[in-house]
Amino acid sequence: MSNPYHIVVCAGIVPDPLQTLEPIVGASGPALKNESMLPAVLDPWASHALYEAANLAASIPGSKVWLVSAAPKAKLQQVMMNVAQKASFELVPIDVPASGFADAHAVAALLAGAIRSIAGLECSHLLVFGGWESASRGAGVTMQMVGEHLGIVDQFQGVDRLSIQSDGSLEILERIEGGRHMVSVCQGAPVLIGWATGNLPEPKNSPQVGMSNMRAIMPALQKTKPSALPIDAVRYLSVAPPKQQRQTRVVRNSSADAIAAELMEWIAQD
Amino acid sequence: MSQSILFLAHIDESGGMLPKVAFEVFGAALDMAAQSGGDITIGLFGNDVQAAADSLASSGLRVLAVSEPELAHPRYATDATAVEAICREAAAQIIVGPATSRLLRVIAGVAHRLQGQADTHITSIDLTDGAFTAKRWFYRQRLEATIQRAARPWFLVMDAGCHEAWKGALATANVQRVAAFLTSNLQRTTFAGVRVPNTAAQTIRPDAKLLFVAGAGWCKKQADGKTHLPEAERAILNFLHSSGASLGGSKSLVDQSGENQAVLGFMTHLNQVGQTGSTPRHPKGLSTCCHGEEPHVVGWRFINERRAINLDPNCGWARGKADVLYVADAFEVITKLNALFAVKEEKRSPAVPA
Repeated sequence: MSNPYHIVVCAGIVPDPLQTLEPIVGASGPALKNESMLPAVLDPWASHALYEAANLAASIPGSKVWLVSAAPKAKLQQVMMNVAQKASFELVPIDVPASGFADAHAVAALLAGAIRSIAGLECSHLLVFGGWESASRGAGVTMQMVGEHLGIVDQFQGVDRLSIQSDGSLEILERIEGGRHMVSVCQGAPVLIGWATGNLPEPKNSPQVGMSNMRAIMPALQKTKPSALPIDAVRYLSVAPPKQQRQTRVVRNSSADAIAAELMEWIAQD
Repeated sequence: MSQSILFLAHIDESGGMLPKVAFEVFGAALDMAAQSGGDITIGLFGNDVQAAADSLASSGLRVLAVSEPELAHPRYATDATAVEAICREAAAQIIVGPATSRLLRVIAGVAHRLQGQADTHITSIDLTDGAFTAKRWFYRQRLEATIQRAARPWFLVMDAGCHEAWKGALATANVQRVAAFLTSNLQRTTFAGVRVPNTAAQTIRPDAKLLFVAGAGWCKKQADGKTHLPEAERAILNFLHSSGASLGGSKSLVDQSGENQAVLGFMTHLNQVGQTGSTPRHPKGLSTCCHGEEPHVVGWRFINERRAINLDPNCGWARGKADVLYVADAFEVITKLNALFAVKEEKRSPAVPA
């Protein structure tokens, strides 16, 4: 049987992808208009990391999942009402006004500090998971720096599959150019994995799991103290939505033959 | 104010050359040096860097390199150590590199080690009032920002397709070796190969001129009230083969495989384009059976010419997101297109009579 794992998932929250985003200049730099009112979700790639973590923990007795999240407390509580029903985990909240414009280096330091503060976490059993990029900053840099803070030098990004081998080694598939995967084998924990989509569907909501999680989540949220992020690490000269609006030509009542001929000509043009 | 620049790159999978995007970013780095009047140094890492160094040698720049067998394949621990050694030797204030999976994996970690800061997916770099500014997208290509940082070194990783590739004659480079201590504790991870998704054909072609995106409509019931998956698969694969297009998929289509619904066998999460997928760069894009809502269209940010085929004239593509929307049945149109490609092919190589 494999050794149990201590799996720490780092996940932020982001505005629901269906929302229209409008930038404004706030007291501490750029922000989103009505940001506190926008419905939020757990960051999509980090969500996959959470599902993979829960699945792995369920398959190896003694394993446990922690979810470390740096986000405004009130917003995080809202998101947890849904996420808590998806998988069993212990929340480690960091109350911080993190958004896509926050500096990744400072966020990484906060996440690493929170991971270090988890009681009973053993480095030899540690798997640090997260999304390979966020849907807010989308830089794919935070997790590497969390790993560096924690001294983890076996890091993998854009991971779609983690398989535990019979000898305890880890086989990992990372996305590389051309729609392919690079296969690596690591001797074992500790490792850091930035997940891409993985292979698991979104788990169905389980009210029982949700109620069990929320019993610990609410006190954890109440206990967390507000933290601050530096506002001068990045200087934003401008933030704007793309201006390009195309004048769409809508072609109706045209035969499939005519459309195909037009497309053929278009494809052939240089 | 002049600032020293390090252009950083690695050997590609062939084991000898630089990735194509490296020449583009090298061109950008040379422009930066010309604008700022700063020095520029080339830093390379890999198993054997000489041929790659030769390909840049006509620029006349100093070349630093870590060239070791342990760097034959990507691995965070050894790559980060090699890049760190080059950066320390070059002591540059600005470090620029191409957005390859190998460099993106390590650059933030190295920035942390050097107490610098890193920004990735940069689309342009300019000099404004004597200071470098970089442009990049936030919120999955929904907001574009221009940024500056005071911290040095500042690592800037630039995306493909953002600058014209540098071209220069081959020459013999004088490579200055840099020592990096690639100890055994950095080699707990071993390379075990490259795996292509289990599909009948390679459907992702980053260099293709056309992106063909299939939406969930391909798997839905058609006019006769039945699904036609085998026909859909055949039509799409034929089109990809004939046109040389790269295949993308909408999230709803790709997700169906995880929900045990009928799916296109060759479609994987790697094909996914949009909010939680990729943002590919192709000159043209053709969307089929996809509604063109915002989470999907953000993946089209870098597609210049966009056309869509959809039965709904009020779909997202009609609202300024495509140049042309054909209100039609994609099944039918793609079948006709395949027939046109077949005729074209036949004209090019007429069948030999028996």
